[in-house]
Amino acid sequence: MVSPLLSVSNLHKTYGSGPSAFEALRGLDLDIAEGESLAIIGRSGSGKSTLMHLLALLDRPTSGSITLDGTDTSKLSAKQLNQTRNSAFGFVFQQFFLNAQASVLDNVTLPLKIAGVARRERLARGMAALAQLELDDKADNKANDLSGGQKQRVVIARALINEPRVIFADEPTGNLDTATGAVVEDILFDLNRRRGINLVVVTHDEDLASRCDRSIFIRDGLIAAREAVAA
Amino acid sequence: MRSVDIVSTAFRNAFRSRLRTSLTVLAIFIGAFTLSLTNGLGTGINQYIDDTVASVGVDDVMTVTKASDEQPAEGPTEYDPNQIEVENGPPGQTATALTDADIDTIAGIDGVESVEPSKSVMVDYVQHDDGTRYQLSVAEFVPGMRLELAAGEQVDLDAAEPELVLPESYLEPLDLGSAADAVGQSVVLAVTDATGAQVTTEATVVGVAEPGVITMGGAIPNDVLTQELYDLQTTGAPEAETTRYAQASVSFDTSGGATETEALQDRLADAGFTGSTLEDQLGTITAVIDGIVLVLNGFAVIALVAAGIGIINTLFMAVQERTREVGLMKAMGLSSGRVFSLFSIEAVVIGLAGSALGVLGAVGAGQLVNGVAGDLLADLPGLTLIAFDPVSIATVVLGVMAIAFLAGTLPALRAARQDPISSLRYE
Repeated sequence: MVSPLLSVSNLHKTYGSGPSAFEALRGLDLDIAEGESLAIIGRSGSGKSTLMHLLALLDRPTSGSITLDGTDTSKLSAKQLNQTRNSAFGFVFQQFFLNAQASVLDNVTLPLKIAGVARRERLARGMAALAQLELDDKADNKANDLSGGQKQRVVIARALINEPRVIFADEPTGNLDTATGAVVEDILFDLNRRRGINLVVVTHDEDLASRCDRSIFIRDGLIAAREAVAA
Repeated sequence: MRSVDIVSTAFRNAFRSRLRTSLTVLAIFIGAFTLSLTNGLGTGINQYIDDTVASVGVDDVMTVTKASDEQPAEGPTEYDPNQIEVENGPPGQTATALTDADIDTIAGIDGVESVEPSKSVMVDYVQHDDGTRYQLSVAEFVPGMRLELAAGEQVDLDAAEPELVLPESYLEPLDLGSAADAVGQSVVLAVTDATGAQVTTEATVVGVAEPGVITMGGAIPNDVLTQELYDLQTTGAPEAETTRYAQASVSFDTSGGATETEALQDRLADAGFTGSTLEDQLGTITAVIDGIVLVLNGFAVIALVAAGIGIINTLFMAVQERTREVGLMKAMGLSSGRVFSLFSIEAVVIGLAGSALGVLGAVGAGQLVNGVAGDLLADLPGLTLIAFDPVSIATVVLGVMAIAFLAGTLPALRAARQDPISSLRYE
């Protein structure tokens, strides 16, 4: 068996301290294999968002370890963490977090700008990413002028542009109508199948979860049930 | 993120909320405008005084007189045979004359490079080509002195021939024609010698002086002419009379700075002399002008501090507005240091815009004021009321940018410290 891409063991996360302390995760173990799509399901307050933030290296656990590609991430410096998030991860949120006044192209190339890629290359790669999502004709439009579905496709283009190994999606279809949501889901699963990009999806949506290779239910900071969907 | 991207992003961000930024820029504009204008006023007036001062004397020369004895608190003052009338001062005021022995004493004082007794010359009249005779006062020329000339050149101190610079107002009465025509012509100067006889000598006009604010209204002779007039004037006088001087000019080394100059003045005082530099004589004027400019600058700086608080306010609002954007960029791997740079450079951009516009506005307003002032202050030729030198302009712009940077640090720190997760959840 190949070693997992992301491996989590005995993960604890406590917010606050003393009597008001809240234990969001209490000793969670999880392995995510290379190329796998994983749905994290749970009620609000169950700890599923906390888990995703820790997996995405946006936050550090109170205790326990997160191993990325065999590297213990607790040993990484702030700079290395920033670089890892920038180069290995893509983010798709329920809210689009687009800069409304900037052009679609500028929004999509933001991760490359942060990485320090030269302008010429940024533009070329940005156009290529937009072309994949059939948005290249909207490159110069302001992000504000797009429909919800188009915005979410821009967000996916932005998540794709640095050729990440994992895309973290937090309720990616939460703000979209069913038809548009289905299109966005198709795009994400297509990327997962054809390019081997890992998907970690946090969702309430059972239908979306059922399309993933595997679903985990989080309850009170622990995995309550695992469910593998026959591929 | 590359530096060039940070700067261009900060630049674009600064003008994302145009109205808000424009108002902040306006506040800085007012401060920078006022500061540039008051600075320009100080520069203009001080430049004028400097120019005028150079025509009165030079800064490495001090005028030395013998310190008067303390007047007795009561009763009549004892008669002093060496007492002579003071040249520059209220009529009737007397000072103790310097003798040759005093001159030697002064020359021996540490720090004195050379000493030259002032030979006061009383010219009876000046005449050109047997025309009308006019009264003329003769001032002393100090090396390094620079007159504002309408034509010709400064007198040559080492010239073998008697030369002088005439004030412009004498040209027409003496029938010398234009300033350029006057240069090279010779005039006759008359003095009365000790025996009461009037004698004349000739001198060549080498330059024509423009009137200045502290103009002496008199002619400036070279050493040869002064000596010649002095010799003529003292002919037949007893020996003691010819070696008494009202004052002497002492050259000293200015490299030691103000403390060294003061030390020299103290040493002169110990030896019984009073030394006063040109700065002492003009000190009051420049001190008053510097004081006024300082107060005006103070007001401008208050305006700038208020504008700085405007920058803090503007940026706090920007940080608030862009909370989620900052969170997203940090999630995508932008370091806190870069976030800080983004916001502090945005503050500097606002400062640069305000100060550049303010300085430009002040230069424009200065031109207007100078045009009006030229008509109102026609009696002060050569005065540029508001002058700008590149150094003070650069100081204003850089200073405002520094204030803007400092003002930006607080909001920039808040942005840099934002936690990406809570920023992304921020509604």
